[in-house]
Amino acid sequence: MTLLCQAPAALVGWPPWLEASVQHSSQFWMANMYSKGTKRKFYDSVDAATDNKAALYSRQRQSLLDMSLIKLQLCHMLVEPNMCRSVLIANTVRHIQEEMTHDGSWQLVTEAFGSSGPSDHLVATEVLCRSSALEQQGGGPKLYSVMGYDGCREEEVVTDEALCSVTFSGGAPSLLGTIDHCWDRAELRMAAVEDRVIKDSGSEVESGEGAKTVMGQVFGTFEIKNGAPGSDPALEELFSAVDASYYDLDTMLTSIQSTPKMGPYNLLDSMASSHGPTSNSSCRTDLSELDHIMEIIVGS
Amino acid sequence: MGEDTESSKVNHSFLRDYVTEADVISTVEFNHTGDLLATGDKGGRVVVFQRETVVGHKPKGELDQVGETGESGEYNVYSTFQSHEPDFDYLKSLEIEEKINKIRWLPQQNAAHFLLSTNDKTIKLWKVSERDKQPEGYNLKDEEGRVKDISTVTSLQVPVLRPTDLMVEVRPRRVFSNGHTYHVNSISVNSDGETYLSADDLRINMWHLGITDRSFNIVDIKPANMEELTEVITAAEFHPHHCHLFVYSSSKGSLRLCDMRASALCDRHTKLFEEPEDPGSRSFFSEIVSSVSDVKFSHNGRYLLTRDYLTAKVWDLHMEKGPVETYQVHDYLRTKLCSLYENDCIFDKFECVWNSSDSVIMTGAYNSFFRMFDRETGRGVTLEAWRETSKPRAVLRTRRIYTGGKRRRGDVGVDSLDFTKKILHMAWHPEENIIAIASTNNLYIFQDRVSPDTQDPDLGSNTI
Repeated sequence: MTLLCQAPAALVGWPPWLEASVQHSSQFWMANMYSKGTKRKFYDSVDAATDNKAALYSRQRQSLLDMSLIKLQLCHMLVEPNMCRSVLIANTVRHIQEEMTHDGSWQLVTEAFGSSGPSDHLVATEVLCRSSALEQQGGGPKLYSVMGYDGCREEEVVTDEALCSVTFSGGAPSLLGTIDHCWDRAELRMAAVEDRVIKDSGSEVESGEGAKTVMGQVFGTFEIKNGAPGSDPALEELFSAVDASYYDLDTMLTSIQSTPKMGPYNLLDSMASSHGPTSNSSCRTDLSELDHIMEIIVGS
Repeated sequence: MGEDTESSKVNHSFLRDYVTEADVISTVEFNHTGDLLATGDKGGRVVVFQRETVVGHKPKGELDQVGETGESGEYNVYSTFQSHEPDFDYLKSLEIEEKINKIRWLPQQNAAHFLLSTNDKTIKLWKVSERDKQPEGYNLKDEEGRVKDISTVTSLQVPVLRPTDLMVEVRPRRVFSNGHTYHVNSISVNSDGETYLSADDLRINMWHLGITDRSFNIVDIKPANMEELTEVITAAEFHPHHCHLFVYSSSKGSLRLCDMRASALCDRHTKLFEEPEDPGSRSFFSEIVSSVSDVKFSHNGRYLLTRDYLTAKVWDLHMEKGPVETYQVHDYLRTKLCSLYENDCIFDKFECVWNSSDSVIMTGAYNSFFRMFDRETGRGVTLEAWRETSKPRAVLRTRRIYTGGKRRRGDVGVDSLDFTKKILHMAWHPEENIIAIASTNNLYIFQDRVSPDTQDPDLGSNTI
């Protein structure tokens, strides 16, 4: 239990407001868990191992879901997005949602949000901007919506083990073993700061119907852009409100290839072609490479 | 990268390696005789290389097939032209990339060569012809083409054709536009020599080479409700001999063989090739890695070669329930799928090719590596297309990825693989053992030379 509440080492060197928000959310997470009446039990070693594994799986699945939603949402670039990629990501999201529905971890979320079923909002927006929902839960931490992401554009957020979805009901045993070795824990990354802040009671996204609506909205863009009649006005309204900061996030995530041997030209190239530098290595390496690049550019 | 932060000099060494995005090669294709090799790039340009014909000349140290006159010529630039320009779709407010997605040559029928090139939306037919004669002696125009003053013309002459320096002319002969709502990923010329197909994410059209204002839609997998979209078309090809058969692959890993004699709209496949999923190895990435990125008929028309993210598979057209051969291209990436998903590498589309006798298959990988598999022995070899290690005429050495056990010198660790150096596009000469490998903006041509001392062929290289 204690392990889960530690702030990760990678937070060192981050802006103080960011660290503060993470710490807030860690405390919030703990408080929330207790408020649900979950008791701390004494586990024997086997149970603890299984539960840890299950919790780990749940966290990984959650981060995969969030990563996928961000990839889906932020593909409105200048050129029409690759449909094959979008379809594959959407199917991954659907798969996770189905599994979470079977798990029962879905019900928790819909309960938490009071089944308001905001069907005319893009689901990922729900993931990333859950300020309203959290306020319901008596949230105290300062929350940052994606709209206001400008401040920390240049850093990529490392997965924080502390901020994970909770209440894994122990389902999906068949996938557990395979998932374990499909994941590389050391390289797991989370995209948005918000996820860390608002990840409390687990995943969000509506089940079944909601999932269909999500897909419809994602692929609806293909439809709408093809001039299909009767396009959804809510969708248009939604996309008209897309902030430029989305593109930054997206270019950070999806347009930059990662390489273990990322040389300066990669960073320079990515800076030239996108709005912000990025890398998939740890934040610390990021910052030092970024510093180096900035030195070169500034000519200091 | 220089770590010279103390000095005031700025280290610009990394700028040398900077690659212009427009120069990245996006497709490679030999023509039907192998004399011409075309490459397309992201900037919409096509470069055609021609093989030197060196008749009767055997350079020292190289032995060609015994008994044949040497055609061990190198490939030199024959022609360069701008095939597609960037465009803008005003309706959708989106740019249309000029990147050449595919080039396919038509079988040669006369002295000129024809090729089809396509970007995301428009397919063009180009005529590549040589001119080595020029008419001279016009009555009304002078040598530079300016109109003569009539009063200076005192006698009539007959213009004659005089030999000039060889000129290669490239002209667009047909433009097949407005046929596709989605992005074109494949084109394939039919064996009938008159038609070709073009496939986008959801539809396949059949065109007549002479008619540009209409095409037949032969496959349409677009669902009535786009919310239900779960599968897209990833590649399509006509059968090499049967003009009524074609195959298309999907993002779910299935192949569909369609017979155009069955109906006008081939939405219902004649054969469905699908490998049942192994329930034990299912993960969130199973579907993504099963997506077929390329499909190729064998030259004899009896097999299909497909490439998905981790494997290359050979299918027998008579057996639908699964592939007859599966080759692991880079199985060591199986545990890295999450990272590869995050950085989008998992969506890379690798091509695959057959050799002329259908006994060897080849496909690309990361770190400038590419793999060849001998179908008879089942063994695979890893080779590298990298400027630093390939000098012209040097022999290609095989490479190894270190995944455990005893580590040999020269082995490359999985964590030091460069995922930006990917070999996506390649081509194999239709008759000889000559391969063309595209690595970012470089084209490597490797030729097989049977050395006189041993039976083992080794590969010599020719970097362009």
